[in-house]
Amino acid sequence: MRFTAVLLAVFACGVSCTSREDAVNVAVAANFIEPAKEVAELFQQTNRRRVLPSFGSTGQLLTQITQDAPFDIFLAADQESPQKAIAAGFAEQDSLFTYAVGRVVLFSGSLDLSAGAEVLRNGKFEKIAIANPSIAPYGAAAVQVMKSLGLYEQLNPKFVQGNDIAQTFQFVETGNAEIGFVALSQVLGKGPKSIWIVPENLYSPIRQDAVLLKKAASKEAARAFLAFLKSPSAIKIIEKYGYQTVP
Amino acid sequence: MSGIGELWPPIRLTLLLASITTILLLIVGTPIAWWLARSQARWKEAVAAVVALPLVLPPTVLGFYLLLALGPNGPGGWVARLFGGRSLAFTFEGLIFGSVLYSMPFVVQPIRNAFEAFGERPLEVAATLRARPFDMFWSVAVPLARPGFLTGAVLGFAHTVGEFGVVLMIGGNIPGRTKVLSIAIYDYVAALQWTQAHVLAGGMLFFSFVVILSVMLLEKRMARKA
Repeated sequence: MRFTAVLLAVFACGVSCTSREDAVNVAVAANFIEPAKEVAELFQQTNRRRVLPSFGSTGQLLTQITQDAPFDIFLAADQESPQKAIAAGFAEQDSLFTYAVGRVVLFSGSLDLSAGAEVLRNGKFEKIAIANPSIAPYGAAAVQVMKSLGLYEQLNPKFVQGNDIAQTFQFVETGNAEIGFVALSQVLGKGPKSIWIVPENLYSPIRQDAVLLKKAASKEAARAFLAFLKSPSAIKIIEKYGYQTVP
Repeated sequence: MSGIGELWPPIRLTLLLASITTILLLIVGTPIAWWLARSQARWKEAVAAVVALPLVLPPTVLGFYLLLALGPNGPGGWVARLFGGRSLAFTFEGLIFGSVLYSMPFVVQPIRNAFEAFGERPLEVAATLRARPFDMFWSVAVPLARPGFLTGAVLGFAHTVGEFGVVLMIGGNIPGRTKVLSIAIYDYVAALQWTQAHVLAGGMLFFSFVVILSVMLLEKRMARKA
């Protein structure tokens, strides 16, 4: 009996004692993990409001949002998903903006990628990692790149799919796949030979949109964080990670 | 977006994985269960605990270690090189290995319980009739422990069908090779293709219910017989 009471007290506290209510809960596409953490850190220092980012593939996060997940802001890796959230009545149309334009890179821990697309054409690897194209925009972009190069059919049997771009990166980083398409932001600081920045004419630019979710419409801190994303100090961080921003 | 026909490969793959895993587990698990049931060794409960670990561990822990172990820098990579590969991750064989570890307690525990349940007596009788140890095991212990084997096989099979976290981490989602049922459902849900998700998830619900119900009925019947 006593035990149950204690358990209940702990539970009640777990639900209400955290500051989830005051904090800004942000659903962040996996390619943006590092910059999101840094921007959140800076926002917390200046605004004294906590930011709690949750990471996943854009598709996965959208599914959660359409099921009323407790998020205030959606930082997607594409433009379609925020649009879908708006269309389904879960997001605020007027808050929509492009916070970053991402780049796809080919990354390998073991192969020399100086020859760029030739490495793909030669196909001297067993496995190539991509993010699941049906739920991760960077995976869809990777597919586009291979199709532009006319190599999609040839490489298809070698695909291994990460659930999001973070897992895809991890597949290559652990060496389980020799090569993979990831986001530029994930491979900063890697040697120049281990990455190939895919030319922009091979895929349509990955415009990543941010949107305020309906349930946070009157939440001051959430609006403040969105505004902060457009500030020069946030843009500096975002660009540091290899993204472009649109004025 | 896509037809119902594409639902079949993950189902087929899952059934294949679960069948092979169950057979391997009966082969590997029976001697372990026998030893755990009969041995006087003081540290045998430590072995039992190791076997039972997957009951408690998050699948991500197992998935993480497996990913490293199966990879090119682990023993899995070494084995893969014998067959001209470089990693056992993202292979069907890798999934089988992971599933055997992951479902082991569900097979070993019921068989061990069954071995322990009939006690010393039948084996002593067999010994007085000059049965050889192997003969004793095969013609006395195994038939007596039949309910345990049945429960173990059903649970091991069902648990492998229901595996998700480990496969997510070491599978790589390759259609026809590592994209099992649970992963396919997860994908359909995330991609908002809920018709397909409903078909597969509903099927799983029905399957799981039937499995649990039949184990319960089976145990009841066996108990009545005994």
